[in-house]
Amino acid sequence: MKSGLYGFLFAMWILLLLGGGIMVTVLGPFTIQQFGEFNWMIASGIKVLIALVLVVIWILILLKLKNWIFRTEIKF
Amino acid sequence: MTELIIPAIVSCLVAFFIVFVMTPPLIKFLEKRNMTVKDMNKKEDVMVVRPGGPVLIVGIVASELVLYAFLQMNEILAIIITTSAAFAIGYVDDRKVMGGWFKPVALAIAAIPIITLGAYDSDLAFPLFGIVQIPVLYLALIIFMIPITGNTINSIDVLNGVASGFMVIASFSLSICLFIVQNYEIAIVSLPLGFVSLAFYKYHKLPSKIFPGDSGALTLGAMYGTIAIAGGVEIIAAVALLPAVINSFLFLASVKKIVEHRQIKGKPVDHTDDFKLRATSDKSAPITLVRLILAGDPLSEKQVGYEIFKLAIFSGILAIITAFLMRVSL
Repeated sequence: MKSGLYGFLFAMWILLLLGGGIMVTVLGPFTIQQFGEFNWMIASGIKVLIALVLVVIWILILLKLKNWIFRTEIKF
Repeated sequence: MTELIIPAIVSCLVAFFIVFVMTPPLIKFLEKRNMTVKDMNKKEDVMVVRPGGPVLIVGIVASELVLYAFLQMNEILAIIITTSAAFAIGYVDDRKVMGGWFKPVALAIAAIPIITLGAYDSDLAFPLFGIVQIPVLYLALIIFMIPITGNTINSIDVLNGVASGFMVIASFSLSICLFIVQNYEIAIVSLPLGFVSLAFYKYHKLPSKIFPGDSGALTLGAMYGTIAIAGGVEIIAAVALLPAVINSFLFLASVKKIVEHRQIKGKPVDHTDDFKLRATSDKSAPITLVRLILAGDPLSEKQVGYEIFKLAIFSGILAIITAFLMRVSL
């Protein structure tokens, strides 16, 4: 179990690094040009939406990982 | 850098000795007022006083005021105000049982001084990949971060000495990381958190003479979150806090809603005849970090505490690696 916990911690760390990479490469350069003075507002809204989707995906992956890493130990 | 040495030493001494000296009188004061709770993991009926939050906030505010006298930074004011607000929220919860949503919402409001004082940089820094500018999203991050760090530390305060010991490891790891990313001023500002936690650990460790209570745990967690924002090391701070994050994550994933621990009916852990801790097979009970640690064999409270500290040290090492990776660009 203890090695599983360290594995889960390490997996969370890797996911954080990868998530950061996606944030920088996808969200960073994202801009909108067609809406005049509302460009920044719409772009920010879309960035928030993408970030929320990424967080949901991150949580789903963690749940799968948790079930996989602790599949033999969790009997509760 | 050298001009920061004296403020650093003075503030650390103030932080440590205020908590170290003031805690015994506070224990006596709380005993006289019968402000005690049963230590659930002891065979005998052991009553322990709470909350220890008042000494922690006095130590933090005094040491940060010392630093403010030297440095006059808005970040220090933000730390003092947000941490004090978190203490007040925790103290209300210590005295009167509040609903599950009270603390997250109130802590989100407590984060507002960070924004109004401008104690943040809206660029979010990631290791290896650089920074991303998210001005609107970052404001939301500030509002969410303080409730998350506050409640995360509160949720790990389940065994003697664990919350304060864990905070010693996480906060000193964060301070080392701030030095690595060359944010020296916030690194100095962060040091009192480790020293108040260290001084409090002396009385909180097994067998506890005092519990921090919600006021203590929220104070430590909120200060940690504010330092992470003020220092621009949010990702590093999250890494150093991972064992506590796992605990909250497992709890929320199994319960599927925001509730107070005391509202949960199923018991995740019970005791063997020799009063070791043992994971239950109760399917209605939440999955927690302690329950996972105990999934193999029953362990004593001390052994479980050490397992959590080992996980904290592992996370601290990952945080330090992350700090070095901040200086690497792909």
